[in-house]
Amino acid sequence: MGDHHHGPAKGLSRWLFTTNHKDIGTMYLWFSFAMFILGGFFAMVIRAELFQPGMQLVEPAFFNQMTTLHGLVMVFGAIMPSFVGLANWLIPMMIGAPDMALPRMNNWSFWILPPTFLLLASTLFMEGGAPAFGWTFYAPLSTTYAPPSVTFFIFSVHVLGLSSIMGSINIIATVMNMRAPGMTYMKMPLFVWTWLITAFLLVAVMPVLAGAVTMMLMDIHFGTSFFSAAGGGDPVLFQHVFWFFGHPEVYIIILPAFGVVSQIIPAFSRKPLFGYDSMVYATASIAFLSFIVWAHHMYTVGMPVAGELFFMYATMLIAVPTGVKVFNWVTTMWRGALTFETPMLFCIGFLVLFTIGGFTGLMLSIAPSDFQYHDSYFVVAHFHYVMVAGAVFSMSAAVYYWLPKWCGKMYNEAMGKTHFWISFIGFNLTFFPQHFVGLAGMPRRIPDYALQFADFNMMSSIGAFIYGASQILFLYNVIATIVAGKPVSDDKVWEGAEGLEWTVPTPAPYHTFETPPRIDPDHVHS
Amino acid sequence: MTTQTSTEYEKYYVPEKSRLAICATIGLVLSIYGAASIMNDMTFGDPSQPSNAWTIFLLGLFFFVATLFGWFRTAIKENIAGMNSAQLKKSYVLGMFWFIFSEVMFFFAFFGTLFYVRVLVGPWLAGEGEAGRMNHLLWEGFQFSWPPATTPQEAVGIASQPIANNGSFTSQETSMAFGEVSHWYHWLPLWNTIILLSSSVTVHIAHMGILDGNKKKFNLWLAITVLLGIIFLYVQAVEYHEAYVQFGLTLNSGIYGSTFFMLTGFHGFHVAMGMTMLLIQLLRSLKGGHFTADDHFGFEASSWYWHFVDVVWVFLFLFVYIL
Amino acid sequence: MSFEAKRLWKLALGPVLILMSAAVVGAEVNQVNMSQGATEVGRDIYNLHMLILGICTVIGIGVFGVMFYSIIYHRKSKGVTPATFHESTKVEIAWTVVPFLILISMAVPATSTLLDIYDYEDAEMDIMITGYQWKWKYEYLNENGENVSFFSNLRTPQSEIYNTEDKGQHYLLEVDEPVVIPVDTKVRLLVTANDVIHSWWVPELAVKKDAIPGFINEAWTRASETGIYRGQCAELCGKDHGFMPIVVNVVSRDEYNDWLGAKQAEAAEIKALMAQTFTMDELMERGEAVYQRACLACHGAKGEGGLGKAIAGSPLATGELGAHLDVGINGVPGTAMQAFGGQMNDVDMAAVITYQRNAFGNNMGDMVQPIDVFNYKKG
Ligand code: HEA
Ligand code: HEA
Ligand code: HEC
Ligand code: CUA
Ligand SMILES: [Cu+2]
Repeated sequence: MGDHHHGPAKGLSRWLFTTNHKDIGTMYLWFSFAMFILGGFFAMVIRAELFQPGMQLVEPAFFNQMTTLHGLVMVFGAIMPSFVGLANWLIPMMIGAPDMALPRMNNWSFWILPPTFLLLASTLFMEGGAPAFGWTFYAPLSTTYAPPSVTFFIFSVHVLGLSSIMGSINIIATVMNMRAPGMTYMKMPLFVWTWLITAFLLVAVMPVLAGAVTMMLMDIHFGTSFFSAAGGGDPVLFQHVFWFFGHPEVYIIILPAFGVVSQIIPAFSRKPLFGYDSMVYATASIAFLSFIVWAHHMYTVGMPVAGELFFMYATMLIAVPTGVKVFNWVTTMWRGALTFETPMLFCIGFLVLFTIGGFTGLMLSIAPSDFQYHDSYFVVAHFHYVMVAGAVFSMSAAVYYWLPKWCGKMYNEAMGKTHFWISFIGFNLTFFPQHFVGLAGMPRRIPDYALQFADFNMMSSIGAFIYGASQILFLYNVIATIVAGKPVSDDKVWEGAEGLEWTVPTPAPYHTFETPPRIDPDHVHS
Repeated sequence: MTTQTSTEYEKYYVPEKSRLAICATIGLVLSIYGAASIMNDMTFGDPSQPSNAWTIFLLGLFFFVATLFGWFRTAIKENIAGMNSAQLKKSYVLGMFWFIFSEVMFFFAFFGTLFYVRVLVGPWLAGEGEAGRMNHLLWEGFQFSWPPATTPQEAVGIASQPIANNGSFTSQETSMAFGEVSHWYHWLPLWNTIILLSSSVTVHIAHMGILDGNKKKFNLWLAITVLLGIIFLYVQAVEYHEAYVQFGLTLNSGIYGSTFFMLTGFHGFHVAMGMTMLLIQLLRSLKGGHFTADDHFGFEASSWYWHFVDVVWVFLFLFVYIL
Repeated sequence: MSFEAKRLWKLALGPVLILMSAAVVGAEVNQVNMSQGATEVGRDIYNLHMLILGICTVIGIGVFGVMFYSIIYHRKSKGVTPATFHESTKVEIAWTVVPFLILISMAVPATSTLLDIYDYEDAEMDIMITGYQWKWKYEYLNENGENVSFFSNLRTPQSEIYNTEDKGQHYLLEVDEPVVIPVDTKVRLLVTANDVIHSWWVPELAVKKDAIPGFINEAWTRASETGIYRGQCAELCGKDHGFMPIVVNVVSRDEYNDWLGAKQAEAAEIKALMAQTFTMDELMERGEAVYQRACLACHGAKGEGGLGKAIAGSPLATGELGAHLDVGINGVPGTAMQAFGGQMNDVDMAAVITYQRNAFGNNMGDMVQPIDVFNYKKG
């Protein structure tokens, strides 16, 4: 039994053998940033190839591998682990728990990831090349017509799912069981709420993804015919199973981001979050609806019209709870006393750009129009608005907001603001023109395009390089802060910050809350 | 299990740093790397090239299983040493519950597949329904029934296969569903249903036994449960043999074979897991003298798992064999 | 405004200006919006698109307006004290119900347009479209008489794609043989695929339908203006997904009938050839051309192999004839070797098999005649 006051061990073994939620959170965060760079590197290859019409740098087959790995690495390697990292750092501190509920399993959930992504990346060097069938890996392109590396891809997905499931079970157990006395559900910070609901989504859909890849494996190696009409199966079956996972997945990506924004906007508005209860209900509604809208990715596969209508109506409905969230955030800012430190800037950027992405989502949900939008760059623009400006911006905001608490040092504000503005401009320059080319008829996942799309594509590539370069600034700023930032000593780093994590010393000690904190019963919520 | 109060809260056990996670990771990654290589050799490989895939796989698997074994051992030791607070025990309960839920969702994917194939795809391929109106152009003469009498490809003949490179499928000769009434006693799934349902009862009796502190009763009924689990697996194996050898039903038998073997196969695998879990609990009780009336979580978790496996079977029996 | 506010504004203005000028400049050279296209359904979809876009823009202006008002007037540097309100059931109900009503107003036109798209009745003609890796096959279904069918391949030369020559006007959007349909005619499209999923998309005809192997999807179009309409495969289908364009030539009915007549005559000619017996030289000459068109990509210019196995010295190409023919016609299931029996006529098949058996040093000396292929296919 460990003595309760041990600090971190020294050297590599600290990280390999740790059971400390802060260590594990840190590892998740750094790992996800590394994956962001890798996925971003793939994106840069894509944008460089698309800089001009004609084949420039890579062969079509390799281009498809880039697109596929970019999507996979960003979604499973960068975004999801980054929010799990945040959850690890923050949930115990926010609910007054000493650690996660199942600390050893927590470490396992993390350590599965690096070798698995190494395996996935190593497929690039295998015979036949890496998976080249898109991050959605539709059969039969991903079965009968796939390169041998698909087998490694399938097993990687299995263990990534295992990691996510264990991570989520841990979060559920922590939130349900480890809250400090008096921390009722309706007093939990919204970040904790959104993660709790996200964890439910993960436990529900990751096994379904495992089922989908298992069927692929059987079709490829054991002669079954799940996705082959000749044997009585159906390629579209794959899409149903995939999107039953895939659609909730996109909310898995965005709900924790909603949580982050709901923590930061009130802090810099110096005013409590507007409509806490309705935020909770809206999150739950979004999660519920996410299970019954999956086929909006499949409007063109030839479903019966009744199915088409059902999925269209259900999808449109998601605008209502999401709208509630947007309105609540805006109303939180209303008549506050706003300041615009970097985290707040990223949140405002999030708010504007995510809403635009939401609007294009709503346009996509209109089935007849989607016949024109589907699989065009309009879709690419939509999901980068919600995923980059949604998830990545909110992640940047979170890092700037909590970094001083984590390492006890203040980042350079001027550099942070510069990072924001370059990102903002670069991002829009990259992805706004993609709406135009998409509407004009440019399909996605192509390495080369017709001449009328040339100008906007060049613009988009330039924007992408700008956006990418701005991340160097981010990386530099974070490292400079950790190494040589100006120390902060206030427990409460930000004037308007609320919540238990701001009551512990700065930097947060290795073990927090060895005795449960007192929760003021009259306080509405954190 | 008592509920959380603030007095119980103060003693929270933060485990020391531990090698378990890293060892489990190494084992897991080696075994998936090995498994993937084995399959690739099988499908794409050149038999003249020697391969060390099996070595890697078995090594990884051994390491993995050994680590898991050690992991549970550690957890049990900690519990016996009295290190586990009521709160931690509750975390274990929650963990097991949500783990079983994730397993439910895994089976949900396959049951959903069965439903989709039987209710929608089959008729479409036979040219029925809004989405299938024109499919008779491709699969001239294919009639749908469940189980299908032919695969679509057999209906049109291999030579004029409308889709390139789909592999070739044959249909089964006999269905696994309930046949003639006179043969009900030969019908293994029925026996298996009886076996598995009773095993749920016996494991419950064992539970009652331990709650009463009656270790003898507990051991006896737990042993019976494990035995029933083994019998179930044996009968299942006999049935598979029948399917392959007598009924011509294989993984290659089109969608009927695919869904049949995947559903029953994964179920069988889970029975094996559950049976192993219960067996370990039995050994713990017999050899280690573990479990008391108010501390027997290892057994409880295994028994929940067993009930879950049982419920899945009920759905299987209904949707795979009866309907 | 404070100094900081001004700075903020200047900074915020930057991207807006860039985007605006991009849109304006872009508008002159490039299309920035969905096209209304050449069909009624296309115009309906366009109107629906503009309606939803309009509603979203208005909501956006409202939401962002309120937000920017706060940003400008409710900033701490102005010395405001923050309010403390944090809920209002009335307001929250309002902004749940109003969006819901707005959605209903969108759903109504959306539903009616969708039902239109799904109305396949009363088509005057049927065309079967089959996606192959990486080309399209068109088949004019005809109750009486021969079906007309042909493949449509990318025509843009590699030299343009690899930048050694200037790119033509219709770079990547040109094919060797366009599909031809009559104007003002409801044409039903039966879309399917032979290998992986493709998607047949011509924006101006307002059709996008996935081509699923083993299933036939229906779609329809009625072009109201003659002209050439271009599109592309819209579902990732492997390496050359970006290189399988679609060109539809909408012509007057008379022109269409002439064209169809000519195609039927061509088909009859091939049919006549199929009854013919060829000499070795004829077969070898034709076979070489077919090989280069259809097999070279995988089996190499000298039959040395590549993605496919080597033909030179192959046990099949130097072995029993039936087995060789079988691979050509039925392919090898589960590999990239497709069933070419459905893709080429019997004359070409006979020629290419003969060629493979007698080229690259495979001196078998035997021949395959079209009739042999025909009989083999019959069983
Ligand atoms: C973070 C991820 C994320 C999020 C949050 C969303 C949010 C939404 N998405 Fe998106 N989507 C993706 C990620 C995401 N999406 C991805 C990755 C793909 C492509 C996958 C692939 O094919 O590779 C995709 C594709 C995609 C499609 C398929 C397109 C196609 O392939 O043809 C559709 C269609 O319905 C869709 C719809 C929506 C809708 C309706 C929302 C809604 O949740 C949006 C709701 C928000 C708002 C509407 C704005 C705020 C609301 C108000 C201010 C209230 C008032 C408004 C009104 C009443 C209009 N998305
Ligand atoms: C959350 C997920 C996420 C994120 C963050 C991103 C980020 C980016 N994406 Fe990605 N994208 C997807 C998810 C995501 N994407 C998905 C799911 C697809 C679909 C895949 C499919 O079709 O299957 C897709 C597809 C996709 C396409 C379409 C490809 C195609 O259809 O062929 C394009 C094209 O422009 C693109 C571009 C970019 C760019 C420029 C970024 C940038 O934001 C990246 C910026 C980051 C960096 C550049 C790395 C960090 C920076 C440095 C290390 C500094 C050094 C760099 C320089 C000096 C330049 N993405
Ligand atoms: C897209 C790729 C591709 C194209 C195009 C292609 N083939 Fe093949 N071919 C293959 C592959 C792959 C194999 C190996 C199949 C196997 O694994 O048995 C093969 C094998 C063969 C074989 C058997 C060789 C042997 O020794 O086993 C013959 C004969 C053959 N092809 C003929 C043809 C003919 C005739 C054409 C053109 C009309 C053609 N192929 C076009 C991919 C292709
Ligand atoms: Cu065919 Cu993409
Ligand atoms: Cu979706």
